[in-house]
Amino acid sequence: MEQDWVWGLVGGGLIGLGGAVYLLGNGKIMGASGIIGGLVDGSGRSTAIERLVFLAGVVIMPILLMPLYGKGTVSTHLTSNWGVVIAAGLLVGVGTRIANGCTSGHGVCGISRLSLRGIVATVFYILAGGITLVLFRQVLGLI
Amino acid sequence: MRILMSLVAGSLFGAGLFVSGMNDTTKVQGWLDVFGAWDPTLAFVMGGAIIPMFFAWRLTHGRKPLVGGDFPAPTAPVVGHRLVIGSVMFGMGWGLAGLCPGPAIASLSYGGVGGLVFLAAMLAGMGAARFIDVRLDRLAATA
Repeated sequence: MEQDWVWGLVGGGLIGLGGAVYLLGNGKIMGASGIIGGLVDGSGRSTAIERLVFLAGVVIMPILLMPLYGKGTVSTHLTSNWGVVIAAGLLVGVGTRIANGCTSGHGVCGISRLSLRGIVATVFYILAGGITLVLFRQVLGLI
Repeated sequence: MRILMSLVAGSLFGAGLFVSGMNDTTKVQGWLDVFGAWDPTLAFVMGGAIIPMFFAWRLTHGRKPLVGGDFPAPTAPVVGHRLVIGSVMFGMGWGLAGLCPGPAIASLSYGGVGGLVFLAAMLAGMGAARFIDVRLDRLAATA
């Protein structure tokens, strides 16, 4: 547990390097919701292959790294309450497209550019996330 | 070249999510749960990712992307209703389930139906976002 922050820092560095490659190589902002959303609404049709390849990398790496992880089974520990899963998925999908970014685009890429929009978005989604979690977990005891 | 860069960036992103523990919803929710067993890892991940991206943005000055074209122009520092409403919606979903778009894709590597259900709901939300966007614009125009 006490080493989690070290792994967090290392993993964060890898995420940032990925963003740096995407930016300096392809000239694009590495935002997960934008990369996925462009495939959903068709706005990214001309770059569909590179978007799919990017997402394939995201899926493949955990599969490759899992056997090296010596702490037994790995899990996302996602709640089994399907109502919550579906409601959360819908909110994340709609919200990130309306706000035009998520944790990677507004958070990592926006804050590092000192973008006002990125900073404001990050403040609002963290506040909304914190209030929602505390309300549903600590007050209502639902999740 | 674009496709290779996308694969490298996606793989770094996927490896970073795995190593940092950000695919684990308990760690994300642990960070938001300020009145419970607070887990600071997410802050280290964000910090770790912002550092290489900060230097990447500095390297863009006076250069072109490797594949040609231009770097993304800075967005106007305008905070509109979309950014705020979208980020709040995203944050609510993020708090409820502990997944944002990147880890939602990566959760496919872990198997299980929950991640698929979340992803399907998220994609549906992304598809529906433009209709909600139109309504928000109408509301903003009348307000």
